[in-house]
Amino acid sequence: MNGIMIAILSVTVIGIICAVMLAVASKIMEVKEDERFPAVRDCLPGANCGACGYAGCDGYARALVEDEGVRTNLCVPGGDAVSRCLSEVLGVEFLDVIEQVAVIKCKGDCSVTSEKMDYEGIESCAAAKLLFGGTGKCSFGCMGLGDCAKICPQSAICIENGIAHVNTRLCTGCGMCVSACPNKLISVMADVEKVLVTCSNTDKGALTRAVCTHGCIGCRKCEKECPTGAVTVVDNLARIDYDKCRDCGHCVEVCVTGCIMNGDFSGIHRAQEE
Amino acid sequence: MEELMHFDFKGLVIILMSAVFVNNYVLQRFLGICPFLGVSKKLDQATGMSIAVIFVMLLATAVTWPIQYYLLDPNDLGYMQTIVFILVIAALVQLVEIVLKKYVPSLHAALGVYLPLITTNCAVLGVTILNITENYDFAASMINSLGSGLGFFLAMVLFSGVRSRMEGGDTPEAFKGLPITLVAASIVSISFFGFAGVIEHLFS
Repeated sequence: MNGIMIAILSVTVIGIICAVMLAVASKIMEVKEDERFPAVRDCLPGANCGACGYAGCDGYARALVEDEGVRTNLCVPGGDAVSRCLSEVLGVEFLDVIEQVAVIKCKGDCSVTSEKMDYEGIESCAAAKLLFGGTGKCSFGCMGLGDCAKICPQSAICIENGIAHVNTRLCTGCGMCVSACPNKLISVMADVEKVLVTCSNTDKGALTRAVCTHGCIGCRKCEKECPTGAVTVVDNLARIDYDKCRDCGHCVEVCVTGCIMNGDFSGIHRAQEE
Repeated sequence: MEELMHFDFKGLVIILMSAVFVNNYVLQRFLGICPFLGVSKKLDQATGMSIAVIFVMLLATAVTWPIQYYLLDPNDLGYMQTIVFILVIAALVQLVEIVLKKYVPSLHAALGVYLPLITTNCAVLGVTILNITENYDFAASMINSLGSGLGFFLAMVLFSGVRSRMEGGDTPEAFKGLPITLVAASIVSISFFGFAGVIEHLFS
């Protein structure tokens, strides 16, 4: 019994000596960090999503403190509130954040296309994609196994009727889902836009038509009709240049398959403002 | 308590050489494999890690040897060796980090993340405990630690060279990544068996 006590006591004493030594040393030899760093770090949301292009919120905060040239509007998920906070802390001019939302460029749900196999493998798009190019008849489309929904930190993506949908009112535009989709169907775009090509199939029109009645057949009607020349058809797929687009919605009216769609893409930031 | 062993200059050289080549910590005793596989991708990283290891091994030995002989053994607490050593080494590495950060920021930046990594490195604990079980005196212990650190350095540098050659090689798909690295590590390890028996006849 006595032996145990001596052992416990001596280790405790050594531990306390070490602890005191470390505590004293860290106080005496404290390195002054830039005092703005904690304040800058507190402004950021702390999701470590990487949308700013730096390794997590700490990395972005460090870059902001150390380098004057780093812009304060890179945190898309944080939106204007974060940008305003950063500009106040750092004493620089406020830069407006272009809020973004994730959009899924496929609306091939079970009413317009169908499965080509009875997939019973792992519940993952990435795994299903390896098996004959995916579960759907259209190998470009959404398989609806929810890799994007699993990674979404906001739970803004749900799977319905066999495809993924983004609830833009919850989406912060962090873009983590973009890299999760094996078919590269998801992209982030400015949340003020109103029209979207909801198809990613680059096969010839007849082939597209055979697998999905909603798909873009590359008929070029939108390209001819667009008053600003914002729509072009490349690789049998209509693409919208949002720099030129004025959201008139004419392409939506003329689209024969209805794959160019109107929508309200205002994200969580706009929802909060309202 | 067993008698401590004292060595002349020749004996110390033998300890140093055998720690580097014959009893190489990574390749012969298989301690410290984690940094050996993890940080050996690039030569500069491998060098940084190894220098940190040499530094910490020397420091740890300088502190743990007196603790063993002036604190633990007189109180019959020899069995507490492992716990006390881990505690002391961890605290020591943290202290070194604080000191470096304050006074030698360039070295702190160079050692970077490797210093905290060494806190729980088994090679460091291994060398301190081995110094005690071998009954080395203080000088021999320090030489042994230096040799072990240099051996780690040698293994890391050699292996980072091997890995850079492997990157350019045509590796079969199934072997890419860790498998081929482990195969290469075992071959490097086998090559070090060639040093066995050299040291005994170093001065004869």
